[in-house]
Amino acid sequence: MNESKQIDSAKRGAAKLVLVVVGMFGFGFALVPLYDIICDVTGLNGKTSGKYVSEQTLQIDEERSVTIQFLANNNANMPWEFRPVSRSLEVTPGKLNATEFYVKNPAKNSITGQAVPSVTPFRAAQYLHKTECFCFEQQILASGESMQMPLRFIIDSDLPKDITKLTLSYTLYDITEQISGDLAAD
Amino acid sequence: MSAVIEEHHHDDHHHGPAKGIMRWVFTTNHKDIGTLYLWFSFAMFLLGGSFALVIRAELFQPGLQIVEPEFFNQMTTMHGLIMVFGAVMPAFVGLANWLVPMMIGAPDMALPRMNNYSFWILPFAFTMLASTLLMEGGGPNFGWTFYAPLSTEQGPPSTTFFIFAVHLMGISSIMGSINVIVTILNLRAPGLTLMQMPLFVWTWLITAFLLIAVMPVLAGVVTMMLMDIHFGTAFFNAGGGGDPVLFQHVFWFFGHPEVYIMILPAFGVVSAIIPTFARKRLFGYASMVYATSSIAFLSFIVWAHHMFTVGMPLAGELYFMYATMLIAIPTGVKVFNWVATMWQGAMTFETPMLFAIAFVILFTIGGLSGLMLAIGPADFQYHDTYFVVAHFHYVLVPGSVFSIMAAVYYWLPKWTGNMYDEALGKLHFWLSFVGINVLFFPQHFVGLAGMPRRVPDYNLQFADYNMVSSVGAFLFGFSQLLFLFIVIKCVRGGVKATDQVWEGAHGLEWTIASPAPYHTFTTPPDLKDISEAHG
Repeated sequence: MNESKQIDSAKRGAAKLVLVVVGMFGFGFALVPLYDIICDVTGLNGKTSGKYVSEQTLQIDEERSVTIQFLANNNANMPWEFRPVSRSLEVTPGKLNATEFYVKNPAKNSITGQAVPSVTPFRAAQYLHKTECFCFEQQILASGESMQMPLRFIIDSDLPKDITKLTLSYTLYDITEQISGDLAAD
Repeated sequence: MSAVIEEHHHDDHHHGPAKGIMRWVFTTNHKDIGTLYLWFSFAMFLLGGSFALVIRAELFQPGLQIVEPEFFNQMTTMHGLIMVFGAVMPAFVGLANWLVPMMIGAPDMALPRMNNYSFWILPFAFTMLASTLLMEGGGPNFGWTFYAPLSTEQGPPSTTFFIFAVHLMGISSIMGSINVIVTILNLRAPGLTLMQMPLFVWTWLITAFLLIAVMPVLAGVVTMMLMDIHFGTAFFNAGGGGDPVLFQHVFWFFGHPEVYIMILPAFGVVSAIIPTFARKRLFGYASMVYATSSIAFLSFIVWAHHMFTVGMPLAGELYFMYATMLIAIPTGVKVFNWVATMWQGAMTFETPMLFAIAFVILFTIGGLSGLMLAIGPADFQYHDTYFVVAHFHYVLVPGSVFSIMAAVYYWLPKWTGNMYDEALGKLHFWLSFVGINVLFFPQHFVGLAGMPRRVPDYNLQFADYNMVSSVGAFLFGFSQLLFLFIVIKCVRGGVKATDQVWEGAHGLEWTIASPAPYHTFTTPPDLKDISEAHG
């Protein structure tokens, strides 16, 4: 009968639409890695990439000099003292540079910290190569403990010519609870 | 509207409605469910409106007088959530339930049982949402956009209930829109092609596709919040490798199509009403369909204009700015078509027409302030000010809400069989029209002068305009009780309506009796004159 045929095709249509719904729910989650990839490729949000291993010797551009400024911030509730040892450096693109950040845990308990970097201008992010950074790992400081954290980096000589100054900023997060949560979950 | 249907005579083949409360609980009749949706959304409109009046009362004067800032934040949040998800969206779903089957000559929605579920989820979702106000730590206080990490790390404990409420609303909307799509695609009367459907059906078809595409993304983003709060993930926590800006991208990927979900059916309503009272065919029917589709398409690729100030690269700002401005073109097509429909028409100004004309004018004002906000460099000044509040209230209140009121006045005689009181209807219109402009127009000025949104206290220089705005708010708010009175009066009785109701009305719903019988088009209508299907 015509009517039951109509209802069958309505049910088939509904089933297809449910697939769309499931797909879009998945798409919402797919936006997370997609966002990271887009930011990685374009440096859109000023995130620097992971540990840099040079494939060939970088070209050194002796003619140029670039100023890099360092900022250290604490996220809300992070009690550590956190500051760069030197506030800014004049560097030559292509050469390896080293500096340090100072942290001290004045709190009564042991705290795990994680630093998250950000570079401005954003488009400079992909030209900042870090061969060693405290942000690649977490730091655990006992009460009263202090430490000098190393940072070694190379500014790529392909850095656009109009950029003469860039800022590398770190925000330090207290992730003690998350770490212990993970352990509890394990 | 129960009185209406009880008058309906019994028929051997088709059962009339069951008696008592269980009729409404178990009903699968599209008209009953439409009625439930409309009453529910009106209740939510009053609830969300009373929250707005708390906000306006506090802002009547600078300084803190009535509520604590913490509670004020809960009011702004709950006002937004309830109006968007509880008042505007369910009202349009209610109109779709009542009208789509009658407009396409279908006996009912394609999946009536699911239709019942999708309504009855809503009261539970909103009871859960509203109950957060009574919980320890209060209700959600982070704004209706619930940006992380404000909501995930600093939100009250009740945030979890808020998340589940959003899940339930999402499920309800998705089921409702699946139903609308399969009804329109499968149950059209034989011979009724897509391009002969009334524009209300078209706009709802497109809206339903938008809902299906973005409500799951909203469900995804609140699920990520839930996981961040309870399961130690770090989607939006930078300390754990996540990114708060990611939240905004995912949210607005849902949020921008959402604003069109709330306005496209309004375009459909106005496109039905203006031709009726201008006694002319709708100008540019096909261009209306294409314009609606392009608006829907563009809505997916402009989301980041809500976040110009997050620190996007210049290329991104430019792209989102131009893409956003592009939307003005199809929207302009629609506005010009409505004006051209009225041009040289034999116009009369019954209440639905007054609301429809006010819609065209005031929605256009809201659209123009939207264009101002779309200008990337200027947006840095306007961002998070009352100018934004004025903009989206102009498109939502005299936009969506006026169109819903216009629709209720327009189809009420068909639903109840009685004419509403025209004099009271006009009074309601003028009170609302004056109220709304007194309420929202001054907010443009305080916004441009720099008054931030979501603040319980403000600088003295903004005092006068805020006082005016609050007066308008109370005028508009209390006029809605008149609307309630008019609707109840019309349901209970009044001058009997003819089948066609309005002299210039065209379309299948005007060919059946007034009040619409409990079952209509159990045999598909004979479309002798197919052009009758759209106005």
